[in-house]
Amino acid sequence: MKLRERQWIIGGIFLLISVIYLGRLVQMQVFAYEWKAYASRLTEETETLEPARGLIRDRHGEIVVNNKAGYDIWFTPRKCSAAGGLDTLVLAELIEMTPDGLARAFRRAENYATYRPSRIQKQLTAESYARISGEMWRFPGVEVRRRSLRTNPSGLASHLLGEFREVDQNDLAANQGYRLGDYKGKSGLELQWESTLRGRRGTRHHIVDIRNDFREPAQAGMLDTLPVPGDDIQLTLDLELQAYGEYIMANKRGAIVAIEPATGEVLAMVSAPSYGTDLLTGRDRGANYDSLINHPNKPLFNRTLRATYRPGSIFKMIQGLIAMDRGVLRPSNRIVCDRNVIGCHGPHRFDNLEEAIVHSCNPYFHEVMKRMIQDGSTGSIFSDAHQNLGKWSESVRTFGLGTDLGGHFPALRSGSVPDATDYDRIYGRKRWAYSTIYSISIGEGELLTTPMHMANLAAILANRGHYITPHAVRGSEGIERMESGIDDQHFDAVIRAMSTVVTANDGTGRRAATPGMEVCGKTGTVQNPNGNHSVFIAFAPAVNPRIALSVYVENAGAGGDWAAPIASLMIEKYLHQYVTQRAKEQRILEAKYPFPELPL
Amino acid sequence: MVIGLFNVASATAGASTVEWLDFSGKLGKQFIWVGASLVLAFLLLVIEGEFFIRTSVIHYAVNVLLLLAVLAVGKRIGGAKSWFSFGGIGIQPSEFAKTGTSLMLAWMLSRNQDRFNQWGSLIKALAIVSLPAALVLLQPDAGTVLVFTGLILVFYREGLSGNVLIAVLCALLVTIATILSGASTLHYPGAGEATGAWILWGILLSIGGFLWATVPQWTVPRRRKRNRRAVLFSFAAALVLSVGLQFGLEEVLRPHQKDRIHVLFGIDVGNPDADYNIRHAKAAISSGGLTGKGYLKGPMTAYGFVPEQETDFIFCTIGEEWGLMGTSATLLLFTLLLLRTLALAERQRSDFTRIYAYAVASILFMHFAINVGMVLGLAPVIGIPLPFISAGGSSLVGFTLLVFILLRLDAERFTVLR
Repeated sequence: MKLRERQWIIGGIFLLISVIYLGRLVQMQVFAYEWKAYASRLTEETETLEPARGLIRDRHGEIVVNNKAGYDIWFTPRKCSAAGGLDTLVLAELIEMTPDGLARAFRRAENYATYRPSRIQKQLTAESYARISGEMWRFPGVEVRRRSLRTNPSGLASHLLGEFREVDQNDLAANQGYRLGDYKGKSGLELQWESTLRGRRGTRHHIVDIRNDFREPAQAGMLDTLPVPGDDIQLTLDLELQAYGEYIMANKRGAIVAIEPATGEVLAMVSAPSYGTDLLTGRDRGANYDSLINHPNKPLFNRTLRATYRPGSIFKMIQGLIAMDRGVLRPSNRIVCDRNVIGCHGPHRFDNLEEAIVHSCNPYFHEVMKRMIQDGSTGSIFSDAHQNLGKWSESVRTFGLGTDLGGHFPALRSGSVPDATDYDRIYGRKRWAYSTIYSISIGEGELLTTPMHMANLAAILANRGHYITPHAVRGSEGIERMESGIDDQHFDAVIRAMSTVVTANDGTGRRAATPGMEVCGKTGTVQNPNGNHSVFIAFAPAVNPRIALSVYVENAGAGGDWAAPIASLMIEKYLHQYVTQRAKEQRILEAKYPFPELPL
Repeated sequence: MVIGLFNVASATAGASTVEWLDFSGKLGKQFIWVGASLVLAFLLLVIEGEFFIRTSVIHYAVNVLLLLAVLAVGKRIGGAKSWFSFGGIGIQPSEFAKTGTSLMLAWMLSRNQDRFNQWGSLIKALAIVSLPAALVLLQPDAGTVLVFTGLILVFYREGLSGNVLIAVLCALLVTIATILSGASTLHYPGAGEATGAWILWGILLSIGGFLWATVPQWTVPRRRKRNRRAVLFSFAAALVLSVGLQFGLEEVLRPHQKDRIHVLFGIDVGNPDADYNIRHAKAAISSGGLTGKGYLKGPMTAYGFVPEQETDFIFCTIGEEWGLMGTSATLLLFTLLLLRTLALAERQRSDFTRIYAYAVASILFMHFAINVGMVLGLAPVIGIPLPFISAGGSSLVGFTLLVFILLRLDAERFTVLR
């Protein structure tokens, strides 16, 4: 081969390389989608625009839960080292950290990413921010980001409102669109109404540079969306009544639930002892939570919905109503107070229904229930009981007991109303008769209710036979009228008795007497080895009642001693907006708790 | 036509710097360099060609001295001592050394017409190339050394045996096989864990042994001895190369250099940063698609995702902003430039000019092949500029020198008979 011809070989090498490169370019630029996707991952960043969370107002429009700014401190290691570092001691003091804690946070940030900011301190208050904002220029790589937090300045109704805090692993796993570092309602109404309050996030798509700084909108902002603020919700609570309830229940354990009978709107829900919601939102949540959860009086326990008590004497009114409706009892029927059958108290021998309610006569209602359960229809006391108890529990449930009351309070315990299968399980089939279970005739035994159920019972009595499903938020879905199925006329005697309980000089509920209005009530003394619970349910005024409530004071003694006067003060507060019974109020406030010495 | 091509290339250089460098400092400098290059080009076209031929030796000597000087007083940038710094301007003598070496090579080969039949001229030619290459290697600047090895094409055109090219190709294959097999760790029964290169060495030995043993079967008797020697020699050489390479990879190279080589062959190196450059470069080119994102609209290149994007990775910029149309056009221009330079070389009557033209073509080819290959992930990441397009004064002036001397010499092909 002549040397001159070698030009073709050299030229061929040139061409070959060019053709290979061209093929590679076609493959990369036209077909390699994974590289294209990788490129957009690198260069595009989505910024989230957080919507303002909806506020929570009370029934009069007053703000209960508001948004407040919290200031998080973020740190980008590379920006700091590029600018020559910073004085960590001074910074640690400014952002309220220990030098060791700050050093650890710096190391964590360094390990996470040098170009991306990491959060090193959470939720500084506006005051702290005001102090440090002028100094921030001294700390390269450190920036302050605003985040919206919740505040409940009054500290009222904390159990009902619930917590708003950072999502945890479970929330992230549930995959509901939350991302690490997001905040959400974790309990109470904040959780229940999360989708309403939350609003919708906006997004802004950015082209970023290699340092992850935003440079320009992606696709000219065509894909960007604005955040939609969350909707406000309005509570049915009367903030003033709530405040008064929490005030009057100071130093006690117990609960108050007040309902507007005509609408089912809950006016107050007091669970004592309580705590300030804000204790569980700030940076000190951990420490506060520990001290609350370990407190012997269990302040985090929502007694209005979660505490179950036996209904006690109050249950006798339901007993009487059902019996009259079945036709086995007339208000005029008198029954001998036979204290050999079951214990009783007070000087009475031969009461009619009204008197029996006022005196809380145990043998009377033992007999009343016996007429319903052991009616002799089968010839066997075992079969009688088995056959009739189911119908009886059905009637009891129409008073809301043992039900979820329409489901507006997910935390509500339904309590228990035993029926035949329950006793079959306990004693065995046909191994029990009325004589086995008679303690439920006076509201003890296997019956369990919550303060919410009992307040609702007060509302049923006030409404003479029906209730509107109780709820705490205006505009809740599924507010229904529930009928007890008891004829209107049967309530006359019961309500007259309730009035007498309060107005009679020797009435058990005389301390519930309130100047300027007629209060109807019934005391209950729930037996408890640590001291009986003092219980009172009431509604007022007697005509067109506007408030129905239940009051529980744990281990305080008889119903009339403590729960009745508290009910009176609450009623007066709500109906008259001020309290005239200063002596009564004084006595309640000064009561040393626990009234009987308790083994805590 | 070459002038036309060059103008286009030059314009692209100007345009590319205007478009893609938003740092006014670099952009401004590049404008100055483009201006200076144009003035230089004009001057070169005015000077008589004979001047370059006669001053070849001086040119070469000055370059060698500069390379020595830069080792002594140069500024260390990015690990290599390859820059003189005058005020704000950096000068890289290795960029000019290519021209000097080409001139010197042309001068020497055109005076020795023995076509490498004698070892003497081969050694002399090798020495001319090796001296600056060695000095550059000391900086160290592996990319430029690699460019010098491209001059083997000149040797080939001027009479070096084709077997050498084939040998180089075989050596390349052995190298690739060694790297691929050497990266894996295998469990040998009875011998424990060891590199997979042992298998390659075993294969080489057995094929070599088989060929050696079977030589009598496929050659005429009088050639037997010679063929046996050839087989023995070539396989021994392959083995030595492979073993040496494996040793060099494992014992001599620093880990990040080894990683870079491994990345090139698609071996997972376990270090996410090892292929950072090439990953981003590929993503940038790929995101350009068919027509590109448009002038100044490529986020990868505009916002610093591609490293060294105004110099070594400038092809990414073209890829992202102009898409396949831009890259294939660039590819086409370079191919035409290379082929045109070859054609131009072959029409010379003067040996000097022809040899010089081949040297120019080889150098441009190496730059083009390595730079574009690197960006496409087909060649190792070695920092050398893309001729006329990459920013950087020295390389622009260097290539201007290289090409316009050729143009001037070409212009005289009828008037001066040498």
